[in-house]
Amino acid sequence: MSLPLEYYLVLSALLFTIGVIGVLIRRNAIIIFMCIELMLNAANLAFVAISRHLGQAEGQLFVIFVMAVAAAEVAIGLAIIVSVFKHRETINVDEINSLKG
Amino acid sequence: MNPELIVFIIFGTVSIIGAIAVISFRHPIYSALSLIVTFFSQAGLFVLLGAHFVAAVQVIVYAGAIMVLFLFVIMLLNLGTLSAKGALTGKLKGVAIILGILLAVEGVYIAVRALKNDTAVASDAAKEAAAALANKPIETYDIGRLLFSDYLLPFEVTSLILLAALIGVIVLVKRDKQPEN
Repeated sequence: MSLPLEYYLVLSALLFTIGVIGVLIRRNAIIIFMCIELMLNAANLAFVAISRHLGQAEGQLFVIFVMAVAAAEVAIGLAIIVSVFKHRETINVDEINSLKG
Repeated sequence: MNPELIVFIIFGTVSIIGAIAVISFRHPIYSALSLIVTFFSQAGLFVLLGAHFVAAVQVIVYAGAIMVLFLFVIMLLNLGTLSAKGALTGKLKGVAIILGILLAVEGVYIAVRALKNDTAVASDAAKEAAAALANKPIETYDIGRLLFSDYLLPFEVTSLILLAALIGVIVLVKRDKQPEN
């Protein structure tokens, strides 16, 4: 007998919440990015759990798409962080408060 | 005790602890390493759910490629000494944590409650059909077949997204032309 779906959904909700708290309390842009990855992973866990619950492969398919988009997002985001750091010598998001580079 | 439950508790606890470590370490390198721990234990949970292909991709793409990118940028920018001070905001930290706990309660409530309603409404026949479906394991074959038939267009669009990201990164970090040249 397999575990009920609720366990996985609750774990996913907790991981997502930790990611949200991280985005709110940390000011380091790289750690904020890691917290976004954490939230994407929580969503992936919910996708796979529901995919098993319903017996459909689509859930796992969307996890693959989410991972591809996350990879693109990380590449762009880290490039932005590197270029911001080159101009401002900081990646504290409180100090990066003007659009003009 | 159900062995599956024991494995779930082990991996779930490790992933929660890893996630908390990500947001509480001051040094970004330690955060990145904790995030890798979380990714690995989530891969274990995927195996537990019977999603072996997704677990492999999780380890290779997330714990491998994406985290190497993170560590590379942290070491490239040499952020250790820079971000050790003022890592947390003092003013709104309490508010953020209270709001976060509220969100957690809400999420858990929805996860438990929505399913209760779902199972109460569904008829016995529907429940049996769902159980029969759920007992059939999802193979990598099924994912591949769907990916290259029904979801071919999203698959191609994903490749375009990756191409756009590639071009965007090159444009963003391109060295500006030197004035004397």
